[in-house]
Amino acid sequence: MSVKQISVFMENKPGALLSMTTVLAEHNIDIRAFTLAETSDFGIVRIIVDDVYKTSTALKDMGFVYSISNVLGVVIPDVPGGLNQVLQILTEENINVDYMYAFQGGKNISGAYMIFKVADANKASAVLTGRGIQLVDQEALDRM
Amino acid sequence: MERYYQPEIETASREQIQAWQDERLVKQVRHVWENVPYYRKKMEENGVTPDDIHGTADLHKLPFLSKADLREAYPYGLVGVPLKDCVRIQSTSGTTGKRVVAFYTQGDIDLWEDCCARAITAAGGTNEDVCQVSYGYGLFTGGPGLNGGSHKVGCLTVPTSSGNTERQIMFIRDLNATILCCTPSYAAYIGETMKEMGLTPDQIPLKAGIFGAEAWSEEMRQSIQDTLGIKAYDIYGLTELSGPGVAFECSAQSGMHINEDHFIAEVIDPETGEPLPDGQQGELVFTAIDKQAFPLLRYRTRDICVLSHEKCSCGRTHVKMSKPRGRTDDMLIIRGVNVFPSQIETVLLNQGYSANYQIIVDRVRNTDTLDIQVEMTPEMFTDNMGEISERQKKLVEGLRAMLGLTAKVTLVAPKSIVRSEGKAVRVIDKRKI
Repeated sequence: MSVKQISVFMENKPGALLSMTTVLAEHNIDIRAFTLAETSDFGIVRIIVDDVYKTSTALKDMGFVYSISNVLGVVIPDVPGGLNQVLQILTEENINVDYMYAFQGGKNISGAYMIFKVADANKASAVLTGRGIQLVDQEALDRM
Repeated sequence: MERYYQPEIETASREQIQAWQDERLVKQVRHVWENVPYYRKKMEENGVTPDDIHGTADLHKLPFLSKADLREAYPYGLVGVPLKDCVRIQSTSGTTGKRVVAFYTQGDIDLWEDCCARAITAAGGTNEDVCQVSYGYGLFTGGPGLNGGSHKVGCLTVPTSSGNTERQIMFIRDLNATILCCTPSYAAYIGETMKEMGLTPDQIPLKAGIFGAEAWSEEMRQSIQDTLGIKAYDIYGLTELSGPGVAFECSAQSGMHINEDHFIAEVIDPETGEPLPDGQQGELVFTAIDKQAFPLLRYRTRDICVLSHEKCSCGRTHVKMSKPRGRTDDMLIIRGVNVFPSQIETVLLNQGYSANYQIIVDRVRNTDTLDIQVEMTPEMFTDNMGEISERQKKLVEGLRAMLGLTAKVTLVAPKSIVRSEGKAVRVIDKRKI
């Protein structure tokens, strides 16, 4: 169970980000999660959207370079130690987290949502669900 | 045992070659005078008539043609026969400005394909071989030229054209291709892909490659030869003169024999236009003495090279040219080092980057700076930031090895570098000297 993340290459200069968000806005695409990693001259924008196909087609048409990867959408129990519990499970299974970021869930929030980028999304997904952690998939996300 | 496609021509005595050139030049000058008003006007301005040309000794009396002339005369101004006698055009990529369109009669095509057949034979090709042509087909001369040459030699020709590397490799393996024709950077890419697939040189049926259409170094040759387990031969040509095959490498792999029965080569001082003796580096100039539809006289290639009449171990008697060291009009001097954009391009392509780049030279606190902006491509992009930075570092190292200079590499957005606005766009020199 995973979610599709779109990573977009971006120059680190004024207006670069705007040119991408303009494309998304024009195509009526809803951004569910967003994070930006940067160096001094370029950056990678990582987004979770409501319509992956429409987004990637629009970006491609506008000449953006992007890649799509599988990430986990994890529902973190909204209690102290919630995140700790999830990381505990991944550590026990020796699964490294490349990066993670929080995102806004749907209207019926039962916990905090986080995106996890791990080397083996399938394994991590199986391990977490096996231990009672709730995940969201692309379909659930599209419905949010 | 050295094989020749046309032994009586390729190993002819120097006297014979001289006689052919003298006779054909005289005839060609008259043909141009009578049929190409554009060049006739140039001759008249220089006070020369066909009566002044008795052989190659008089060649220096003829005016030069340059790329600017080709642009000015576009599209029909330099055509030497009625269009009903032309059967084909080919065209340059247009990366240096307006496209050049060259015209061919059937005879011109035959002559061109003969030249390519000589190159394939020199690389060991016979009618027993399977020759895969992975140059682009279409307006670009690479595919059509080598395709025609391969037919003439009698090879089983596999016209894959360029791109779709997986399919290229599938055909090489399934059809046991023994000869590969493409650009050196594409050969390197095919080689790397095969290596990644776990194929060792002895599992690859190829035995020879004919690579041209861009500058490549001896190091690149070695690396292609090692990964593919082949002998890699250079081939030279220009659309203006027909296409690949104007000159080609033999088993000696030390310079390319110019097909002197069709093309007279000169090396001139690019500043003064004076012809230079053998062994001196200068700009290569060609006179096409057999071509009918597009008969260029004293065409300045802007390629810098050296000619050598030394006896070649392969038995061919035609003069050899060195690998072009760059172009006259785009050499940069950075921190006292000569830099050709073609060298930078070779490194970029070699490492899988796109050929869309811009070189920005500036002077900061009395020191020249070299910034190379390269467009990101879908192939080079990954979600892993560390990997992109690693590749960037590797590129800086590759450039240092090639140029002896440290350059800054900046990755820029696709299509952010302006296309086709002339050669000058490749280089932006901000230095105020």
